[in-house]
Amino acid sequence: MKKFLTLFIALILAGPVAAQNGPLRLTITDGVIEPITFAAPVFEAENAEAVQVVNNLNRLVAQDLAGTGLFREIPANAYISQISSFAQPIAFADWRAINAQALITGAVAVSGNQMTVKFRLYDIYSGQELGGGLQLAGTTAGWRRMGHKVADAVYSRITGEGGYFDSRVVFVAESGPKDNRQMRLAVMDFDGENTQYLTDSSTIVLAPRFSPSGDRILYTTYESGFPRINLLNVSNVGRQQLQTAPGEMAFSPRFSRDGGSVIYSLSTGGNTDIYRSDLATGQFTRLTSAPSIETAPSLSPDGSQIVFESDRSGTQQLYIMSANGGDARRISFGEGRYSTPVWSPRGDLVAFTKQNAGRFHIGVMRTDGSEERLLTASFLDEGPTWSPNGRVIMFSRETQGEAGTSALYSIDISGRNLKAVAVAGAASDPSWGPLQP
Amino acid sequence: MNMMTKATMLLLVLGTAACTNPNRLGGAAGAGAGGAGAGAGFDGGLAGSASDPTSPAYFSQAIGDRVLFAVDTSTLTPEGQRILDGQAQWLLTNADYRAVVEGHADEQGTREYNLALGARRANAVREYLVSRGVQSSRLEVISYGKLRPIEVCSNEACYAQNRRAVTVLSFSAITS
Repeated sequence: MKKFLTLFIALILAGPVAAQNGPLRLTITDGVIEPITFAAPVFEAENAEAVQVVNNLNRLVAQDLAGTGLFREIPANAYISQISSFAQPIAFADWRAINAQALITGAVAVSGNQMTVKFRLYDIYSGQELGGGLQLAGTTAGWRRMGHKVADAVYSRITGEGGYFDSRVVFVAESGPKDNRQMRLAVMDFDGENTQYLTDSSTIVLAPRFSPSGDRILYTTYESGFPRINLLNVSNVGRQQLQTAPGEMAFSPRFSRDGGSVIYSLSTGGNTDIYRSDLATGQFTRLTSAPSIETAPSLSPDGSQIVFESDRSGTQQLYIMSANGGDARRISFGEGRYSTPVWSPRGDLVAFTKQNAGRFHIGVMRTDGSEERLLTASFLDEGPTWSPNGRVIMFSRETQGEAGTSALYSIDISGRNLKAVAVAGAASDPSWGPLQP
Repeated sequence: MNMMTKATMLLLVLGTAACTNPNRLGGAAGAGAGGAGAGAGFDGGLAGSASDPTSPAYFSQAIGDRVLFAVDTSTLTPEGQRILDGQAQWLLTNADYRAVVEGHADEQGTREYNLALGARRANAVREYLVSRGVQSSRLEVISYGKLRPIEVCSNEACYAQNRRAVTVLSFSAITS
């Protein structure tokens, strides 16, 4: 896979930036949020070569921000004053008059296949710049990444939380009829752009998982004839079979937080349990040993605990145990079945799939099982994955019947802003990677 | 009539496949994407007539190559046990064959759980066949979870057919 660009970020302004932000601050809560209004005039093209990309870049930044549901763009035809130069003073009263709370300005220079992007964020009501100016450099082919980085910086400065736009998602690209589905591993930008295929469709692949740093992917494959776990290197697409404990089938892998070991499910003699294998030594540890099904393990951010699903009570429920195994405590007690738990990056929540009364839901609960909230409902929703900042969940939704197909959706953990991810073709099993460096 | 046509067409298609893959008599396990087989029900037909009791066709059609399960269970029904008695008898008589037992689930469930459930079903069949005298070394198991349905509607009529374990024969050329 090509490395699109090498990015570096530099403060335009020398000297310390005021640590205290202005009053423009959106605190994301579960309550109703009035979106922050912003204006994003087309960035200045500092030379003729930049003319084409400025508009695209500017639209991408606006689309990223508005796409969160937390921001609303003031359309350009409402502007009173225009921004013709990145350096010009801001007429705050003109922007205040059209109810813009934030203003994003930028300038782009292109030289051959290289480009630089500068931007500033202004808090209109306090009449101040919010954070310092930023400059990004990279290749023109990687312009989308620079746009995502600008949007991440805006998001982050206004919400005080990390962004998630400059991130990638690995998933299973599906094609063909329901009884002969062809599956390929693919990776895309979080917004569905820049899809690249990592495997062909000669065998079943499922449930890929990014490593914490995004450099490797674990997935389950039938290429040996039986389900086994492969480890794929993203930069050269080289892959090898993971050395697991001996058993008939290995599946449902996830990396440890340091990327050095893998937790997964192993089936043997019809019994499925959770194991951990060290990637360097191949040494394995069995973490559960009940006769029931134990699968879908996910580690807490500090690596000390594992949330997983088990049907030891008779139906699928969620449990938490030490990362070394041992006693587990059940955390799901509502109606129906709970499965595919995923610990949030912040550590406070577990996302899950719930099946109840013939419907499927994606939901979240606290790690003690309290405050369960169902975010979605459909014929078949499953397999949540967290955005790098823990604010958004992506998942698979399958439609019913003979022509049923799978697509990716995302939703805020507030339950707002459900939307389809613009993937070309059917898709399932997303795993959201980290914010890119 | 319709069934006959379908069967004939499958025989033609699978007949071609058999040339490149002589040891396998259909089924998904060795068929790459698992596309061709996954138990269309007529797979065995390429290796003889259903009227020949030593043929895989007889195994899949007269005895029955699959057993079905109730929702979220791996318990063999009396009907399933009757079929497996027949399978065991056939395997004991035709010692040159090995088998892969494929476990499947319907679409009402998450991927991981359905894989584990399919493994339970396949193992229930293997254990039963072994209890009837079939050498366990002749039997392998695999689960496809909900990945390879044979019926594609989204109601119980299809789900019931998809909750299955299929015994897929292969020649045991390499004997252990």
